[in-house]
Amino acid sequence: MSARILVVDDELSIRRLLRNTLERAGYEAIEAVDGRSALALAAIEKPNAVLLDLGLPDRDGLELVQLLKKQGDTVILVVSARDATDQKVAALDLGADDYVTKPFDSEELLARLRVALRHRSLSETAPKIYRKGELEVDLDQRVARRGDVETHLTRKEHDVLALLAANVGRVVTHQRILAAAWHGSEEAPVEYLRIVIRNLRQKIEAPGAVGSVIANELGVGYRLLGDG
Amino acid sequence: MGRLKIFLGAAPGVGKTYDMLSDGAARARDGVDVVIGVVETHGRAETEALVRGHEVMPRRAVSYEGRTLGEMDLDAILARAPRLVLVDELAHTNAPGSRHAKRYQDVEELLAAGIDVYSTLNIQHIESLNDVVASFTRVRVRETVPDSILEQAEIEVVDIPPDELIERLKAGKVYLPEEATRALSHFFSKSNLSALRELALRRAAQAVDTQMLDHVRALGVGGTWAGGERIVVAINELPGADGLVRAAKRSADALHAPWTALYIETQRAQSFGEAEHRRLAATMNLATQLGGNVATEPAIAIVDGIKAYLQEARATQLIVGKSHRSRLFELRHGSVVDRLVRETPGVAVHVLPLDAPPVASTRLRARGAWGSRRGYLWTSAMVGALTAAASALFHILDLGNVALLYLLPVMAAATLFGLRTGLFAGIASSLAYNFFFLPPTGTLTVSNPENIISIFVLLGVAIVTSQLTARVRAQADMAAASARTNAALAGFLRRLTPIDDPIALARTICEDIARLFDLRTVVLVPGDTGLVVQAASGPQFRFETMELAAAQWAFDNDMPTGKGSGTLAASDWYFQPVRAGEKVQAVLGLASDDGGNPLRPDQFPLLASLVDQAALALERLRLAEEMRDVEAVRTRDRLRAALLSSVSHDLRTPLTAVMGAAAELRHGATPELIGTIEGEAARLNRFVANLLDMARVEAGALNLKVEAIDLADAVAAAAHDARRSLEGHAINLAVPPAMPLVKVDQQLLHHCLLNLLDNAGRYADPATPIVIEGTHNFGLLKLSVIDEGPGLPPGREAEVFETFRRFEGSDRAVGGTGLGLAIVKAFSEAMGMTVEAANRTDRSGAHFTLCFPAALIVRNAAEGNEI
Repeated sequence: MSARILVVDDELSIRRLLRNTLERAGYEAIEAVDGRSALALAAIEKPNAVLLDLGLPDRDGLELVQLLKKQGDTVILVVSARDATDQKVAALDLGADDYVTKPFDSEELLARLRVALRHRSLSETAPKIYRKGELEVDLDQRVARRGDVETHLTRKEHDVLALLAANVGRVVTHQRILAAAWHGSEEAPVEYLRIVIRNLRQKIEAPGAVGSVIANELGVGYRLLGDG
Repeated sequence: MGRLKIFLGAAPGVGKTYDMLSDGAARARDGVDVVIGVVETHGRAETEALVRGHEVMPRRAVSYEGRTLGEMDLDAILARAPRLVLVDELAHTNAPGSRHAKRYQDVEELLAAGIDVYSTLNIQHIESLNDVVASFTRVRVRETVPDSILEQAEIEVVDIPPDELIERLKAGKVYLPEEATRALSHFFSKSNLSALRELALRRAAQAVDTQMLDHVRALGVGGTWAGGERIVVAINELPGADGLVRAAKRSADALHAPWTALYIETQRAQSFGEAEHRRLAATMNLATQLGGNVATEPAIAIVDGIKAYLQEARATQLIVGKSHRSRLFELRHGSVVDRLVRETPGVAVHVLPLDAPPVASTRLRARGAWGSRRGYLWTSAMVGALTAAASALFHILDLGNVALLYLLPVMAAATLFGLRTGLFAGIASSLAYNFFFLPPTGTLTVSNPENIISIFVLLGVAIVTSQLTARVRAQADMAAASARTNAALAGFLRRLTPIDDPIALARTICEDIARLFDLRTVVLVPGDTGLVVQAASGPQFRFETMELAAAQWAFDNDMPTGKGSGTLAASDWYFQPVRAGEKVQAVLGLASDDGGNPLRPDQFPLLASLVDQAALALERLRLAEEMRDVEAVRTRDRLRAALLSSVSHDLRTPLTAVMGAAAELRHGATPELIGTIEGEAARLNRFVANLLDMARVEAGALNLKVEAIDLADAVAAAAHDARRSLEGHAINLAVPPAMPLVKVDQQLLHHCLLNLLDNAGRYADPATPIVIEGTHNFGLLKLSVIDEGPGLPPGREAEVFETFRRFEGSDRAVGGTGLGLAIVKAFSEAMGMTVEAANRTDRSGAHFTLCFPAALIVRNAAEGNEI
């Protein structure tokens, strides 16, 4: 059964483009032009995922995220403007699964959608092994291997990487990582996380290929890149 | 500017008020808007009848010492703004608490507001004639008006023959204040009245003369003015000095010459009491009121100071007071007047008697000259000790040597404690010498007349030594005082110079002046609704309405107000306008903690110098700000023009390509057409992003959100977002692990990196590698983007950062907007970073480097912490 995707955008050209893209990838697309019709359609059609533009004329986008989340356990992918970092984080905190930035790349959008749908059907437990290209990380053993080089991960590096691996392909906000890896210590500064990521890059990314494993989502969080 | 007409009379009762009212009524009949500001009718029926024909402004009630006085309501008249106002008794002194001390100052403000004024005045109230009138009437009036106000006025002499005036007086038609009746009965003698009448007529004639001269000068006719007489009057703190100033004013008027009241500040000034300071200030004020200049010259000796000033001012006439020093003093020191006459060739020296005996001066010199009690005790002890020592050693000393020994305490006492203590030492020594050593010992008789010489020598040494020491000490004190002044000024200037923030500048001015004078200070600057306090020394405080009004008045009129000035003197504060160029920039307020006069007269010159420096500093800031504004406007205009041409080209080109390619798609899609659409759309996207960024830079709306970030993170994000521009290039992102975090705005840094990568991707040939390299050497943190493109024109590398800069000959097809690198520079600098452009040295290619100064580098953030 192909998944049903609700596209919420007030611009006809964007809706038409998204319908085109989704149908090409084998999804069924339904459209809403504003928040009111989006809520109604979501209730009736029970889509598997919603592609939600935050800048709707009739409703605040963040409020809509909350209402959609309340109506049913649907995947929400937020489509937002370039510099609205705070808005992205707020949407993610309210339960949105991921986001893409306008103007978006169709392939990237489809990849995000695929990852989000897959995570919904799977339980979010960390895999024992994470692989990407030459890299293999044994999370149980806390060992990273790239070719012949083998390095050990510290406890914090392990905690961070395990959380990212459980959400592979999906953005995880700074706050979520900090809460998970520094549990107990209130308000650990983001700098701690940055240093852990810096050290992780050193251990798992190839020299000259910064960002090939861990993507930095500016002002939002980190994303562990999958093989696909 | 309104016009002033003065009805000048020789004496009370000649009918000035009546004439003024009649004239006013005549003007009112001509349709002029006339009101009465203030008129005293003294119950005379004819006068009251005239008053009834006019609109009378109500008086302002002022309560003073339990009585209620009706003063002219200046503000009401200003608000009413008539064409002509009648103001009786120009010389009137206002009740304390009024805005101005004197009514003529009210009149000046009315004139300044463009209102014509008719006023009345008696001849003995004119400042420069005050002495003359007092000399033959023996009545001195305290209320005077400066001559300068007469010079701008039209004068009408109200004249009746003396006999007639005396008749009127006898008939009770002349109002005299109760308490003055007895004193004035002498005043109204026929001879006095004749003399006063003559004076009035002469003064009126002179005013006409002055006005004629002004007229001639204004027309540029030139003429007798070029005589070049310059008069200097030497003043001092003694009571008669004001007479000298008035005399100088009369001579100056007669010669039409500029004149200066000169005060030579010597050592004496340091022993002045409150009375001397006040008298000196009053004399200086008088000179200013009479239209003269005031100068203060520090010097060791009066004669030297006067000589120096005469030469500097190229004066031709000198007026000095006759010295009251005794013949003996003059014999010893030489007469000041004699030396001046001898040593200032080419200057006519006028010597006038001082009016008052110099009571204060004897007291002055007496004070402190006796020396301290401690000095006498020490001296006695020294003489005693020496006598004891000499007695013990007498068996090996002869008499002459003992006398020599006694020189020691004499010289010591004279050097340390001054003349009188030195003389005391001389007398004590000679007595001790006489009593204990000169035969016959144990008596004060001297058997050998030769020994009398020894006694005189001891006394002589005391005198000579103390004189020499006193002079050296005086010179040292003068030099020290002068050095202190200079040091204070230099220090003030040095502290003001590096400040480029108005509030910091005001604070420094406040603190420095407060410290130098030991006062509370405040600096007020114009705000949206009147003056506001910009800085103040000491604890916070609030100004009352009175203080603010005084400060505002000082600001509006460029005149000092408040305590110690003639205007709004009831305030505890003294306000000094700070003027630079044409405009008053600020007002400096001074107040002493005990509520007394903030400044002694001798401090005014230093304050004036400090205020000048402060004004220059304020002016410098204002000019700098203006320059910045002008530069900003110019830059904005240039950018706007460049933007328009850029937008028309850089937006239309990709749009044309996209529209064309899309139309072509109808005939079948080719990968090339699709690539064109994608590429051009991406280019449009970057251009719009850059336009938005540039707009933010231009609007100054870069609200930095600084946080500690890792450069590898930043590079990863940038490389991801710029992947389309970098397509086909081998990317080498080499950021070593040991790089510390940096404190920047990550969005701005992201855009810097995007633009640098975009730039590299656009200019470098496809398939050539692009390297992002982080280095951390010797505390310098750098992030470089290195390509293998054609590089930059040698010698013009830095120009690449100019807005809309695209080098001639560079390939337009690569589609630069000329905005990207300008944004890199603007963003980098906003974050405190620098950006450099260079050509590669190993091969062709450009090398852009972002440099993070040490201040942005985070040291040991959480390093080794629980991570």
